[in-house]
Amino acid sequence: MSSLTIDPRRYVGRFALSSASHVGRVSYLVLEMLRGLREWKIWAPRALGLANDIGYGSLFIVMLTAAFAGAVTSVQTGYQFTATIPVYFAAGVIVESIILELGPVLTALILAGRIGARYAAELGTMRVTEQIDALESLGRSSVSHLIIPRVVAGTLLVPVLVVFASVVGVGSGWFAAKSSLDISYADFVFGARYFFRPWDAWYAMIKSFFFGLAITLVPCYMGFTAKQGAEGVGKATTSAVVAASVLILFLDALLAKLLLE
Amino acid sequence: MIELTGVSKSFGDQLVLDEVDFDVRVGETVALLGSSGVGKSVLLKHINGLLQPDSGEVVVDGMNVRHLPRKELAELRSRIGYVFQNGALFDSENVYENIKLGITDETCAADENYCHDRVTQCLKLVNLAADTASKYPAELSGGMRKRVGIARAIAGQPRYLLYDEPTSGLDPVNADIIDSLVGKLQEELGVTSIMVTHDVRGAFKVADRLALLHEGRIIAMGTPNDFMTSKEEAVRQFLERDFDMTRSWFELESGDSGENGH
Ligand SMILES: Nc1ncnc2c1ncn2[C@@H]1O[C@H](COP(=O)(O)OP(=O)(O)OP(=O)(O)O)[C@@H](O)[C@H]1O
Ligand SMILES: [Mg+2]
Repeated sequence: MSSLTIDPRRYVGRFALSSASHVGRVSYLVLEMLRGLREWKIWAPRALGLANDIGYGSLFIVMLTAAFAGAVTSVQTGYQFTATIPVYFAAGVIVESIILELGPVLTALILAGRIGARYAAELGTMRVTEQIDALESLGRSSVSHLIIPRVVAGTLLVPVLVVFASVVGVGSGWFAAKSSLDISYADFVFGARYFFRPWDAWYAMIKSFFFGLAITLVPCYMGFTAKQGAEGVGKATTSAVVAASVLILFLDALLAKLLLE
Repeated sequence: MIELTGVSKSFGDQLVLDEVDFDVRVGETVALLGSSGVGKSVLLKHINGLLQPDSGEVVVDGMNVRHLPRKELAELRSRIGYVFQNGALFDSENVYENIKLGITDETCAADENYCHDRVTQCLKLVNLAADTASKYPAELSGGMRKRVGIARAIAGQPRYLLYDEPTSGLDPVNADIIDSLVGKLQEELGVTSIMVTHDVRGAFKVADRLALLHEGRIIAMGTPNDFMTSKEEAVRQFLERDFDMTRSWFELESGDSGENGH
């Protein structure tokens, strides 16, 4: 409120400082989590319940997204292909883009909205209604009771959901390719096999694992540190979804650079 | 033994606690009085380390809460029951699970039979029907929630109890039940309690000593008798409203040091 002059340096500085403090506090939280892992009797059953909940709840939307993404990729690839390129190349492109990029990234972005928003809102509400303090006041660790189960459940589930997404995406891709590319089943399979390497599947899984961490850890942190009533919870929820989504895109680029080059 | 020495706490530039000195002896019940927003809840949260002082020391059971490693702090907290002003019940769990989470001893908490008996017993102590156990916090009235909060705090058989306005929002009958519960826990189990309250009459009835927090400091601390005869302006002002009622009650019961009227 002191002055209204717009000095870009100030904003950059403030942004850098606040990011640094977030990174510091997230690292501290991660350390606490690693310590809390010993209390598996507390977090394991909760994680299982949550995983069940999220898994079934997200399966439909994840598969729906993947189905559309697969079909559209096929149609667009067909549109771009000319007769001079062998048609099985197209199959390779479709399958690879789904497994390497669309399956993991789209699933993660959808789940950032679904799981991330939910976690941030849950923990934020618990924070502002003093439920987290209440847990601590009983000598119980809020990290072991609330955060580890959520992070474990999400991080294990995202790769599983990505597998479902990729299978459905490739299936619908094949279905659409039949008409858009006029490709035979044998050609499609040949193309897919020709370009596919086992490492691709590993890469997709590693990626999904990190996306899972981003989707759960960031919202848990945001909710955990929420302030001041309903507005604070709202803010925590939106910033959780935004931050998790940005982090997914950033990780996507980073992991591609690190693992595929 | 709870001992606060020179505890200061501010939020932003608002100084809430200004070098507070405060002590509670073992087995004693102290009522903490003060006008709304003066910092009673803030003071109480310093005792189990939910808030850390900017300066000063908080010592409970000979342990300095401020510098306690996590494990010892958790251990200490499990011996301190805390009743939150607004209940702070876990709203995704039912009443049974809420109270069960209050059972802090690992072996006891693992024993389903023990838990069941203990939960039932605690519900009874706060005058709630046994079928409340299956309800969710959102399905309870404000006063019922408050009492579930008390039940959760006492479930682990703590040696210290910190009550943040346990009787506000309760009807006189239930307020009396809670007041006598505080007295009973003190007499039978030697629990040391601090009770933040606006109910001066209740405070005079259950407390061994009273303390008045005013403008960031404990400006008066003493027995109900000391308070009644205090010349301090702030004390007299604070007691004014309830004064006649309190005095008539006090005269009726005089001789008794005001531990438990019923
Ligand atoms: N987390 C916080 N952040 C900022 N200010 C706070 C916080 N907690 C308490 N305060 C401020 O500290 C002061 C004391 O609050 P506190 O809750 O202790 O009051 P109280 O004495 O318990 O009042 P009441 O009887 O109404 O419960 C208030 O002015 C409040 O605005
Ligand atoms: Mg208060």
